[in-house]
Amino acid sequence: MNTAKHEHRAVDPSCREVFERLSEYLDGELSPQDCAHIQEHIKDCAPCVAFVESLKASIQASHDLRPAKPVHKLDAEAQKKLTAAWKAALERRSA
Amino acid sequence: MPDPVNPEVEWARRLLAGDAAAFTPFVESFQSKVFQYTWLMCGQREDAEEVAQDTLLKVFESFDQLREPEHVKAWVFRIARNYCLMKRRRSVFAPDRELSLDELMPRALPDSDSAGVAPSSRVPDQRELPEQKLLRKELNRELEAAMQELPTNYRSVVLLRDVEGLSTAEVADVLNLSLDVVKQRLHRGRLALRKRLAGYLAPAGKVSA
Repeated sequence: MNTAKHEHRAVDPSCREVFERLSEYLDGELSPQDCAHIQEHIKDCAPCVAFVESLKASIQASHDLRPAKPVHKLDAEAQKKLTAAWKAALERRSA
Repeated sequence: MPDPVNPEVEWARRLLAGDAAAFTPFVESFQSKVFQYTWLMCGQREDAEEVAQDTLLKVFESFDQLREPEHVKAWVFRIARNYCLMKRRRSVFAPDRELSLDELMPRALPDSDSAGVAPSSRVPDQRELPEQKLLRKELNRELEAAMQELPTNYRSVVLLRDVEGLSTAEVADVLNLSLDVVKQRLHRGRLALRKRLAGYLAPAGKVSA
């Protein structure tokens, strides 16, 4: 761990700044300069990399989340209601 | 040919053009997505099913007002979100609270093997769970529970952005929030989930939860 650069404590202002922007970094929403700043901060630091990797894995798990419980199929009456509502909306649209 | 990532856009265009063949795939896709959202927002299966069905009906009743089919997903979730809010107003729910960044920041990160990591949150040994499917199921269950424990103002942002795949701008539009607020809530919500799931996701002993 590169303790000379940062100590991984909330009191370290540069750590806090990096920590606050990690989602934007992972979402590709930072400018190239800000991105480089974060990469420089975490480089060569295994615990930092591990933290970022676990955050990435957690986000991926959300992407992959599917409902555990099966969804009830809409019954015939509900389907009929939806179809009627759609047709009425189309008629209003073309009127 | 529908976009494999967002086939709903093509179905919405076809429905606006009166193509009945797009009706069933559109309904099936959104019934599942909206149910997942309302289930994780409401927490009660009966409420979630009712809200999901009310949302779908409202979607079709208002279909003539869909101006931008390329944003149909955000449009549908705006309706779902409004129904969820109405449902919450009628029932008892926990008030929103703020997540403190300091609580979510890593503490001093030790290099030693397992210091700072509670035994219960260590990564399950892959040999204990040889079936990948089982591990995925377990993770999904934990994630669902963790989502439902998030304060609702964070949960709605994480659900729309990470589970449903809306862009940051679309989430801001659906929830009527500024981009900065969406980004802040998304980040804190993600950190809270990471903290809760750390035992399933992080290399043992490397990250303090």
